[in-house]
Amino acid sequence: MFVPDPFGLKTQFVGLGNFEYLLGDPYYRASFVTTAIFSSLVTVVSMGVALYLAILADRLIKGSGTYRTLLIWPYAVAPAVAGVLWMFMFNTRVGVVAWYLGLLGYDWNHVLDEAEAMGLVVVASSWGRISYNFLFFLAGLQAIPRSVIEAAAIDGAKFWTRFRTIVWPLLSPTTFFLLVVNVVYAFFETFGVIHTITAGGPQQATTILVYKVYSDGFVGQDLGSSAAQSVILLVLVGILTVIQFKFIERRVHY
Amino acid sequence: MSDQRGMVQRRGLGHWFTHLGLIIGVLFIFFPIWLAFVASTVTQPEIVRPPMPLLPGGHFIENYSKALFAGVNAPVATMMLNSLIMALGITIGKIVISLTSAFAIVYFRFPGRTVFFWLIFLTLMLPVEVRIVPTYEVIANFGMLNSYSGLIFPLIASATATFLFRQFFLTVPDELTEAARVDGASPMQFFFHILLPMSRTNIAALFVILFIYGWNQYLWPLLITTDPSMNTIVMGIKQMFPSGDDLADWPVIMATSILAMVPPVIVVISMQKLFIRGLVDSEK
Repeated sequence: MFVPDPFGLKTQFVGLGNFEYLLGDPYYRASFVTTAIFSSLVTVVSMGVALYLAILADRLIKGSGTYRTLLIWPYAVAPAVAGVLWMFMFNTRVGVVAWYLGLLGYDWNHVLDEAEAMGLVVVASSWGRISYNFLFFLAGLQAIPRSVIEAAAIDGAKFWTRFRTIVWPLLSPTTFFLLVVNVVYAFFETFGVIHTITAGGPQQATTILVYKVYSDGFVGQDLGSSAAQSVILLVLVGILTVIQFKFIERRVHY
Repeated sequence: MSDQRGMVQRRGLGHWFTHLGLIIGVLFIFFPIWLAFVASTVTQPEIVRPPMPLLPGGHFIENYSKALFAGVNAPVATMMLNSLIMALGITIGKIVISLTSAFAIVYFRFPGRTVFFWLIFLTLMLPVEVRIVPTYEVIANFGMLNSYSGLIFPLIASATATFLFRQFFLTVPDELTEAARVDGASPMQFFFHILLPMSRTNIAALFVILFIYGWNQYLWPLLITTDPSMNTIVMGIKQMFPSGDDLADWPVIMATSILAMVPPVIVVISMQKLFIRGLVDSEK
């Protein structure tokens, strides 16, 4: 609620001025949209791939433990390190994937192209998250009683029908839980990925809210605006936490 | 069809497709790491002239020793030590604090108990990312920039761990508490001789999760360690890239990336059971 003077010598009380300014700032509103797109994409991609792999692993009689070991360890890789790895693969000068794309006639340049930058950040953020979602989906799937599924199979239900009518509804508590957790992850913990790969660019196309708190406060030195953004974020986290707890309470009654 | 799950399991072709799908998934997960590993064993010119080779070269020792003992801004060995101190500090601090606070909340009736409970609950809503500006001001005013205590203390409060231990303590039968009291044990004796040994697996499981959490911190070390010799390895990688158009020293950077992920990966793989347990417990 304070604005420092241009020389940082004294601060002036401005009340809600920082908030007013923020809400009128097109960049800040754009950052909201970016965050929404980014976190929904990360959630859908990482949960989709994880669910697919978990269903496959669940179909196996033997060996699902081996695949689990092979799939879980990216959880331990820091988002920032994952960012560096993906940036290396798609680097416009030395990246292998970018080079092969070039051979195919596609000119990859996430430093200039906003959609490509967003795509790369999403994939890099989802990558490490797959293992976490996979673990929970696999546990959820294995908790579904076999007898129910076998009964449906005897009644002639094909795989897709079984999945749609039995597995998916029974899995929904896990899915909902992961949904909330992944959105929280995409909101806050992906800072490392974004900072290493795009640093919010090009033209702020990947500046999510948390990144903006950092860049306005510590790069732009506008601490008042940054603090106001923190407060807005705080409200968002509060809402997410309440949703999460409501859900956990509901699950207790199962 | 000897297995009880055999009934809805497809045999033959479908079975192999299942494996194929999983192997593709595993390859997708592995590919970035493999590439990083390859890049850390070849020379700079081999990388700069694309496409880089897809099989490891013979410069493993050279690149890794260069990274470990020379680095770009600071030797990676120093950064790893910093990371280790920070990760252990956060982990142990969190466990000790949450154990004692859960003990206080579950076993004692004192004025303000509910208030404290809700205060702890509130910190659930305050990940570091949200409170960077105020936390930074506090730490800077304490003169704790570029120090281990500055790295560790702001991250130590943990509502999740406190709740986990609270849940666990609530399941400990009252008879045990009464028996201890009859035998004349003081509250702290009860804590050390009965509760602590009983929570051993919980502590171990939490240890795995928290160690990874601490090791992988990025934003906070980035803010408060301006001195390269205090950098942690995870944030130090980004600092190794030159500004402007200079060419990055890719083999050394990739060697550092591999080194940055080795300790947490070892922890996860070697303590897989505890890790999964900790993950499931701490999220519920």
